[in-house]
Amino acid sequence: MQTARRTPLYERHVALGARIVDFAGWEMPVQYTGIQEEHRAVRTSAGVFDVSHMGQLELSGAGALDYLQARLSNDLDRIGDGRAQYTLLTNDGGGITDDLIAYRRGDDDYLLVVNAANVEPDHAALPETTDVSDRYALLAVQGPEALERLGVELEPFTFRDDEVLGVRCLVAGTGYTGERGCELGCDPDDAARLWDAILACGVVPCGLGARDTLRLEACYPLHGNDISPERTPIEAGLGWACALDKEFTGAEALRRQKEEGTAERLVAFVLDDKGIPRQGMKVIEPPGEVTSGSLSPMLGIGIGLAYVPTGSAEPGTRVSVDLRGRARKGHIVKKPIYKREGA
Amino acid sequence: MAAAESYPEELKYHPEHDWAKVDGDTATIGITWYAQDALGEIVHFEPPEQGGSVAKDESYGEVESVKAVSDLVSPLSGEVIEVSKAVVDEPEKINEDPYGEGWLIKVRLSDPAEVDGLLDVSAYKELLSE
Repeated sequence: MQTARRTPLYERHVALGARIVDFAGWEMPVQYTGIQEEHRAVRTSAGVFDVSHMGQLELSGAGALDYLQARLSNDLDRIGDGRAQYTLLTNDGGGITDDLIAYRRGDDDYLLVVNAANVEPDHAALPETTDVSDRYALLAVQGPEALERLGVELEPFTFRDDEVLGVRCLVAGTGYTGERGCELGCDPDDAARLWDAILACGVVPCGLGARDTLRLEACYPLHGNDISPERTPIEAGLGWACALDKEFTGAEALRRQKEEGTAERLVAFVLDDKGIPRQGMKVIEPPGEVTSGSLSPMLGIGIGLAYVPTGSAEPGTRVSVDLRGRARKGHIVKKPIYKREGA
Repeated sequence: MAAAESYPEELKYHPEHDWAKVDGDTATIGITWYAQDALGEIVHFEPPEQGGSVAKDESYGEVESVKAVSDLVSPLSGEVIEVSKAVVDEPEKINEDPYGEGWLIKVRLSDPAEVDGLLDVSAYKELLSE
């Protein structure tokens, strides 16, 4: 039996009174004081998440660029050194093995930050990379005041090695909340010191519960829920992250799918009736399935992502969701579901 | 604000973490401090229909937190004579005051003898400590 793993900040979470849950084999904080309170902190000021469970793969040396270009969907030549890119690892059928951020440190020097649950399949699909997950603790500081609180100036999707609050880290303008902010990768031995320093700046500790509701309002797909090896980027609305003019694993299938169209599309919806949609619920009309659902803390209504027939995927289309035997009405909306003015 | 942990002496308890306040042939029903704490912030109360019936040990509605949904189990049988509209509108009242403003339904009991099968506060506290 495999026991659950702990990040270097586990003791900090317990001391703060966090509710701990198992997530992808890790004992992670789901909330400290409350999901909605933490969610609002990120929308209005700044919150910090321990995301040290996420995996890191590294590849450097001659041929690294060509190797990744042949296996990742996005075009690494679209970005320069010191830039980060959202990209997909696809299988032969175009299905999504994982979604990840590629950090281009140099022409032939890359760091890939991948989902905790997918480190093994990713490494299997990218055997030339080195799994360096144990070398990084990762903290995400997110919100309209995040950078200012840390005294960091940073453009979105750029990164650099720097010192933040006295700790050496990889400072990246990335995140998963729909807000400005940064992700800080540091030595696991420095993680507690960095965490304490961030909290001392008045940043609110936030758990994976708020991380999920924030990403859902922003309509960022979650691998394992909304995207999977059985779903392609075309169906999921992630065609923008696929450079179909280059060759990579699954590109042929995706070009064909783009040409012929897909039976279903991933859409965002809100409920006009009371109730909260959940993953796995049936969409009665148009027929489909909810892949993520929650209450939106900002809107106070049920929201979700669902696959529905492509012909019924336009914003404004009425939907009816089966909430444990009760049909609840809503409608499809344009993504994102929620965006703060000015964000 | 969440309430502090408490289990009032005058209530009867069901092992599924529900309480009943019995007054003659009617009872007010809600969930215990333990239940609301386990759920976290409650954001939705799906009530039964007024005038409908509830049966002891069976589900009569649902409460949901941001992350999870939980069935409400009735501690007693009878007819639903009132549903808390205040909790339908503001489900967080369950967290704030689980034994007061956070009550969920009032029931006219069809079998008042069922009350004898419920736990008193010391038996319920014992169950929580197991």
